[in-house]
Amino acid sequence: MKTLLDHKQLNITLQRLAHQLIENHLSFKDTAIIGIQPRGVFLSDRIAQLVKDITKQEHIDYGKLDITFYRDDLRSNEIHVPKSTDVEFSIEGRNVILIDDVLHTGRTIRSAMDALIDFGRPSSVELLVLVDRRFSRELPVQPDYVGHTVDTIITQKVKVYWKEQDKKDEVVLID
Amino acid sequence: MSLSVKHLLGIKELQPEDIQTIFRTADNFKQVLQRPIKKVPSLRDTTIANVFFENSTRTRISFELAEKRLSADVVNFSASGSSVSKGETLIDTVNNILAMKVDMVVMRHSASGAPWFLANHINASIINAGDGVNEHPTQALLDAFSMREKHGDLKGKRVTIIGDILHSRVALSNIFCLKKLGAEVTVSGPPTLIPKHIRDLGVNVEYNVKKALEWCEIANVLRIQLERQNKPLFSTLREYSLYYGVNKDMLDSIKKDITIMHPGPINRGVEINSDVADSKQSIILGQVENGVAIRMAVLYLLSGKRDLTD
Repeated sequence: MKTLLDHKQLNITLQRLAHQLIENHLSFKDTAIIGIQPRGVFLSDRIAQLVKDITKQEHIDYGKLDITFYRDDLRSNEIHVPKSTDVEFSIEGRNVILIDDVLHTGRTIRSAMDALIDFGRPSSVELLVLVDRRFSRELPVQPDYVGHTVDTIITQKVKVYWKEQDKKDEVVLID
Repeated sequence: MSLSVKHLLGIKELQPEDIQTIFRTADNFKQVLQRPIKKVPSLRDTTIANVFFENSTRTRISFELAEKRLSADVVNFSASGSSVSKGETLIDTVNNILAMKVDMVVMRHSASGAPWFLANHINASIINAGDGVNEHPTQALLDAFSMREKHGDLKGKRVTIIGDILHSRVALSNIFCLKKLGAEVTVSGPPTLIPKHIRDLGVNVEYNVKKALEWCEIANVLRIQLERQNKPLFSTLREYSLYYGVNKDMLDSIKKDITIMHPGPINRGVEINSDVADSKQSIILGQVENGVAIRMAVLYLLSGKRDLTD
């Protein structure tokens, strides 16, 4: 097991990601953040809060998206009971930033885009991930904002721990 | 997290956790049904046959909508106008449908136990949409789901089921389901329509409808199933309505806001009066709405049990 990001590094990375988002989206007036359930939501909670703090805004449009019903592996894995989807605003014509913790095969993101389109037609969709496992993609999906890039083989696992759920902030690579 | 069963034959065979899993999944499907696009692609590789040997409006439309909202392919079969009238057996009929590569079967049949019989002879997942006077599991699930939506956790809640308990598969499935969720159940109606040993299921019996209503928080009123009664069990419908029908005067005389439910179809003026069925206390149309979400949840959870190799 190898630590990719410890608590301190993780915080710096989150700060950088939030600043990059603001650099491209300024006031967030036409932009919405959507976290992917279940694990991407911990990251999107942090990012949304940072964006609000840095831009000194009370409110930005922030939602959570469950993609269970859109998965393409319903038959091969154990069936999942979904978490809640909560997108309380219109995404029609907005710039949407999808957020997930680890980008691996790209299948989750494919499902997420399908799920997203069912809520309307965003004018653009961007992808923010904390860890990009490059060279392991099965679909042509690339992130726009990356916290940390790793080269991994398929048997390895990247695990992101969050204080809210796991009592510590850490990103590790498990062999 | 999946169900402990391959088929949904009856509530009797479900674990309490199964019911909670179905509810949690249905919560999400209910959200999906409120979106502009009320459809998800989960079952796009699944073909489902709705095989109805008995009449149905609500259940059949509800199942068909649930299947279509999940992107499944659907074929409908009804006994009238089919080869059943030419003397084909149940297994032959269903096997012929399955030979056309159908993955799941939703079946309603007038013979109690027919889905169990079928489950022993075929490979596909079977969902019981009502068998004779035995069970109607999805109705019980949507009833309990609607109660939970209005009253929260059903543990310790008091539910009265009024009417033709003897011939009602809805009553039996409701009793199993409510008991598994920890609710208290009383059945009420004329003694001729209440089975002799019903207390063995852990329910109370109260022949006086008004007293039964005073006791409960939720009342599920059932239809008199004249089509299943081949001997007179009460003198006239008018008399039944007078003594066992639920009307507004009776509800007003009880100082409680009881939730009124009915699985449909309603015989207005017999077991329930219009002033009750259309009142604010009634959640009858809410039940119908929830039916689609519950059936989507059941289909979705059972579809994962399918073996792609067979």
